[in-house]
Amino acid sequence: MGYVAIKGGAQAIAASQRVCELLRARQAEGTPLATETIEHQLRLLHQRVLSEGGVYHPELASLAIKQAQGDSLEAAFILRAYRSTVPRLTETEVLDTRQMRITRRISSAFKDIPGGQVLGANTDYHLRLLRMELLNESEEQFQSITRDWFQSTTDLALDQIPDTFPKVLDALREQGLIAPSDPQRRGLDAFDITREPLIFPVPRSAALATMARGEQGALLSIAYSNMRGYGDIHPTIAELRVGFLPVMLPHPVTGRPMEVGEVEITECEVVAMYEGNGKADMPYFTLGYGACFGHNEVKAISMAILDRSLQIGMDQGPTNPSEDPEFVLLHVDGIDSMGFCTHYKMPHYVTFQSDMDRLRTTQGKMNGERS
Amino acid sequence: MSTENRFGFLDEYAKKEVRRTALKAVAIPGYQVPYSSREMPMGRGFGTGGLQLTLALIGAGDTLKVIDQGSDDSVNAVNLRQFIEMTCPGVNTTSSTEDADLIQSRHRIPEAPLREDQLLVLQVPYPDPLVVVEASEDKRKQMHGEGDYARLLVKLYEDIVQFDEITLSHRYPTRINHHYVIDPSPIPRWDVPKLNQSSALVLLGAGREKKIYAVPPYTDAEPLVFDDIPFRVEAFFDEHGERRACARCGCRSSFLDEYVDSSTAEPVYRCSDADWCNQQLLVGSQAGLDKEKSHA
Repeated sequence: MGYVAIKGGAQAIAASQRVCELLRARQAEGTPLATETIEHQLRLLHQRVLSEGGVYHPELASLAIKQAQGDSLEAAFILRAYRSTVPRLTETEVLDTRQMRITRRISSAFKDIPGGQVLGANTDYHLRLLRMELLNESEEQFQSITRDWFQSTTDLALDQIPDTFPKVLDALREQGLIAPSDPQRRGLDAFDITREPLIFPVPRSAALATMARGEQGALLSIAYSNMRGYGDIHPTIAELRVGFLPVMLPHPVTGRPMEVGEVEITECEVVAMYEGNGKADMPYFTLGYGACFGHNEVKAISMAILDRSLQIGMDQGPTNPSEDPEFVLLHVDGIDSMGFCTHYKMPHYVTFQSDMDRLRTTQGKMNGERS
Repeated sequence: MSTENRFGFLDEYAKKEVRRTALKAVAIPGYQVPYSSREMPMGRGFGTGGLQLTLALIGAGDTLKVIDQGSDDSVNAVNLRQFIEMTCPGVNTTSSTEDADLIQSRHRIPEAPLREDQLLVLQVPYPDPLVVVEASEDKRKQMHGEGDYARLLVKLYEDIVQFDEITLSHRYPTRINHHYVIDPSPIPRWDVPKLNQSSALVLLGAGREKKIYAVPPYTDAEPLVFDDIPFRVEAFFDEHGERRACARCGCRSSFLDEYVDSSTAEPVYRCSDADWCNQQLLVGSQAGLDKEKSHA
């Protein structure tokens, strides 16, 4: 017979793995990528994978990127699968991002913000022209960059840089432009999306957690639909900050909170026009919040916009996709969506056979009618 | 990292959660029980829901069969089986339906009737049959609670009006224990009657959609139909109205896969269930031997 049903799957899989491994090492005279190289020279890819993988483990994130040969979805997926093997040991108290060690901080609401703006590392104002000199960058040139940096900045008055910066939102709150924070909500437990499935309606903390490890492109795409007119947020970035957030845990003996490490995060707070809900409530600016592991501003801003649009949807019922919690939250996870997309490559012989049966039966009935 | 040493890959809390969810699913036949569903090292949509059930339920000494499209040898079945063998030391694997304690399957229920001491785990891409008429899960949950399947019946009715036939092929909505309607996973219509009063427990796991549901043993499972329009399974008749036979084993009572013979360009039919096909060959050759003996 001319056709042989798929057999020898095990051999095919093994051979396919060997080819992938060959392609990874095909630069035969090259040196293997060091995980530190990925962490530093592919910094933003690395942080994207950390964020979507949902485990803050920089070394394993680098390994995942190396193993996935640079595919960010695949790398985040490997990291996420690793996560399933480790138990959740504890949870921290709510961490205060006022305590962040800032590397960048801007506001598009005010020119002068308390503590000042810190532009930091960002390409917004760079000209996106190819830097041809990097094509043949020598080790000497490469290594001189850090050397020169530290030599030229020795006279920088480090002690004049504050450890922490106040929040722009606090200033707005003091002026009575945004609602005072609700002390009752502070004590609420955060919804843990890794231990509970989303059953709608879900609390805001579940939405935030889902978006925090959501896929950047998916969040951007739905947030962009809102920006363009399928929605009506018109946000202003009160503050966008990037830096290192101390992680506090209670000391095992004294119970006092102590710093166990820090995570690099991006945090974005947007304000939007006040809502006229027709009630006698005091009108305020409304808030949207975004935060994720790593330096990823597009993701944090998209998330903040979606947080705002989802709150509108939760309060008043969704009128467009970006306000619909089910639409947004069930479609932004990269691991879920790429997995399901990929699965269409698996055999569907049985279901297709069944489809053909239905089609032939209905075709047969149609033909019978015509003759 | 201790992942190599942990039986069943998942941490113990995750396995415990899956077991408790499965118990609840058995207690409320057909109800989709939500669970947290961990990420597995294979893609969402490749059977991660079924895999989590298998990993949580299997123990050393158990015998496992994994099939995909009825075949033990198809790439995904091999992949899943290798992963389970790697992470569950002491588990035996088999391709024989009869020898298996636990069968994980995608798109098929074995042709051979299952027994009380066997467990069938089906991989599920879409757990909710109402998704074809209602996109919002929140609303669907309410419809299930109220046993409100009117819109689904209207959909079937519209099919009959338009095509004189219900066009749903696989994933045929099936009512369990006279209340909840389930999506029985993408099994063909052919396999749906096997769910009814099944001796074996059938557990259905949707990993991406984070749901587990069950058809408990000896429970009614009825495909959704109208009184005057009977449920029909796939027909395998040739142009003379004769039941087609498997080109390999000659069986005329199994679900057939259709191939095109590349040398003759003629369609060829073979059993979809690989183990069933092998059993029929054995029975056939035994019958042949007996025949020869009686002639001698």
